[in-house]
Amino acid sequence: MKKLILILLVCLAFACENIIPELPAENEILDGPLKGLNTSEQAQFLAGDFAFNDEVFSSGVGLGPTFVATSCGSCHAGDGKGHPFTTLTRFGQTAPNTPPNLHIGGPQLQNRAIPGYTPEILPEGTPFMKLTPPAVTGLGFLSALTDEQILTNADPYDLDGDGISGVPNYVNPPAYFVPQRFHQDAHGRYIGRFGKKAAAIDLHHQTVSAYNQDMGITSTFEPVDPFSGLAVDPEVSDQTIRDVVFYLRTLKAPIQRSQNDQQIIQGKTLFSQIQCGDCHTSEWTTLTSDIVALSNKTFFPYTDLLLHDMGTGLDDGVTEGSAETFEWRTPPLWGLGLSPNSQGGSYFLMHDGRASTIEEAILQHGGEANTSRTKFESLSAEDKTALIRFLESL
Amino acid sequence: MKKYLFLPVFLFALVANAQIDSTLLKRIPVDTSSTQTMNMDAVYNRPFLQIGNLPASIGGYVEADYQYMGQDGITEGHSFRIPRFTLFVASSIHRKIKFLSEIELEEGGKQISIEFAALDLNFHPLLNLRGGVVMNPIGAFNQNHDGPKWEFVDRPIAMTEMLAATWSNVGFGLYGKYYSKAWAFGYEAYLTNGFDNSIISNNQNKTFLPAAKENALRFEESSNGQPLFTGKIAVRNNKVGEIGLSYMGGIYNRFEEDGLVLDAKRHLDVVAVDFNTTISATKTYLVGEWAWVMVDVPETYSQQFGERQKGGFVDIVQPILRGKLAGFDKAVFSLACRLEYVDWNVGRFEETGGNISDDLWAVVPTISFRPVSQTVIRLNYRYMQQQDILGNPPAKIGGVQFGLSSYF
Repeated sequence: MKKLILILLVCLAFACENIIPELPAENEILDGPLKGLNTSEQAQFLAGDFAFNDEVFSSGVGLGPTFVATSCGSCHAGDGKGHPFTTLTRFGQTAPNTPPNLHIGGPQLQNRAIPGYTPEILPEGTPFMKLTPPAVTGLGFLSALTDEQILTNADPYDLDGDGISGVPNYVNPPAYFVPQRFHQDAHGRYIGRFGKKAAAIDLHHQTVSAYNQDMGITSTFEPVDPFSGLAVDPEVSDQTIRDVVFYLRTLKAPIQRSQNDQQIIQGKTLFSQIQCGDCHTSEWTTLTSDIVALSNKTFFPYTDLLLHDMGTGLDDGVTEGSAETFEWRTPPLWGLGLSPNSQGGSYFLMHDGRASTIEEAILQHGGEANTSRTKFESLSAEDKTALIRFLESL
Repeated sequence: MKKYLFLPVFLFALVANAQIDSTLLKRIPVDTSSTQTMNMDAVYNRPFLQIGNLPASIGGYVEADYQYMGQDGITEGHSFRIPRFTLFVASSIHRKIKFLSEIELEEGGKQISIEFAALDLNFHPLLNLRGGVVMNPIGAFNQNHDGPKWEFVDRPIAMTEMLAATWSNVGFGLYGKYYSKAWAFGYEAYLTNGFDNSIISNNQNKTFLPAAKENALRFEESSNGQPLFTGKIAVRNNKVGEIGLSYMGGIYNRFEEDGLVLDAKRHLDVVAVDFNTTISATKTYLVGEWAWVMVDVPETYSQQFGERQKGGFVDIVQPILRGKLAGFDKAVFSLACRLEYVDWNVGRFEETGGNISDDLWAVVPTISFRPVSQTVIRLNYRYMQQQDILGNPPAKIGGVQFGLSSYF
């Protein structure tokens, strides 16, 4: 008996160190904070993490009455790309620089409703675009870039003759927008950098809109309930919104895997050779930021944050801001290979999830990307595999 | 100062000691002689303490535990809990009329709830009337949930979070038993207050029956004026074991108020099957339960809230040492294992046709020591995997739990 008890106690003592399931490798998961945050920043990160991933809205705490999702985490599982279950439908603005036609229910369809209410229905014959929720990791680095940096890649008249233009989306700011020193005023409008059409100027704009349009949650920043069209009491606090914005700013950037694999190195070279990198700009460096961990950092998002003509195949006939209906912002490619871990084991790529493989996504590129697509098609099977392995490693 | 304090304490101790006459205290043990005890008897088949000839007896149980758990490499560290402290008071008003109440203080008093407070009138063994706060007899765990009866620190997730154990409500019902040689047959049927909208509108982001437990007003009035029916039939054979089949159903939502229609009437149906048996050759005890939940969720609401759920558990308990151990005459050392599974959302996505996940499974190997039958010390290892609604790579949860639980 004594021996048995002794064995059990010894087992227990040693077990504590080894009983917790292992931490996944840092480059295998998208969530987690930036390195170098101080303790107060880490506390705010945790508050934002809770609000983003654990706070669920129900009818008793403001959900809807019409909505798309019940929490931020519903659309961005593990901070990664979303699933068609929470696809967003935008409609109302059919030409650049025109109003979003709020009177017909725009800019976004709330396709679900709490019990006893009827969801919004898309007005018959109205063009619409479906948008799969994007990954949210690394957004702090993108938000730390200056407008001036973004404009260095813009070439609206294709003066360099490479067939690629690249224009910013100039967006009318919401009333609560506070320009930072790195924003440039363009006749009252500002460069958008977040969202599939780059229609959100900063993460505060993006967050407030998502609470309002995705969950039907009003705030002091956006007090109008999308169901009634009337201002109602705030359903989320200013502090919570600021915590979520801080969380989004301080999520780490996705980390590339197997960088030294020869095939992946070959794929990276091919990526440049066939000019994918002309829009999917690989490397950026931030200037000084109010968050030290974001200051003077080089990062690899594979985006230029600009709009490009993607051809008629991707023209949904609807737009936002100054973007044409056929223009889409270059999406960041970092974290691409981890997409199935947040999309239920499958790829749902392009703006609306229409591509189920990376190759399919490449082949759906048109417009300014025609040349790159054609070059990809002419690659050998081995080179195609190398290129796709590189993209999967991001 | 100390000597001045000592005097009144000493005098109080003398007086207090004089007031205790242990011969007046009579322990009423659990009825272990009858092999025909069924799950439906669990509420009364508990150890009680009676004082003199008072017609009331009292009892209760306590659970305390320690745990060191973590998820995907992150642990919250060491934690001590007192999840439950429960008091029973029973009294016989007449040889055919009895009353029992069970009051539970959860997590050190964070939540105090009346789990049972009912009067039983016996007209015939096959016809008893019960009224008050009753435990809806869905499955077996809801009726037979006392901590000291189980070898595991945690309660089975399917039975506590899917079926809402311990789910009790105000209502009335009938029950009875019939014996024939080695066989026993029992039935129960109750009408009580029911659930409410919170089962599909809650902060759990899933269809979650226990959300209705938060509504303390359910002891005062029905949320929708519609009774919830709960019925169970069970058969026991002394040599084989017991099997029960139960159903609980009714309109759960508030569909009208002040005569104005707010929503369609929406139905909730729950079916459960439970069993327990002992393999006589090895003395292996098996107990398990499986349940299906079906909820009418509005089509225009979110598939986040499942229309169907299923889940259950099975416990395998193997005594390995019996007899005089550590000074206890009838101590039992057992090895045990619990397997459990819950699918919170059975169905397929309308958008893709893909499977909706939102499920979990767990394996809980255990060592337990019962110095006496009413007290258990248990050491569990829990390993669990939990998937989100999309079926992304599961969260892996694991850790040790050590606890004790005893009737008193």
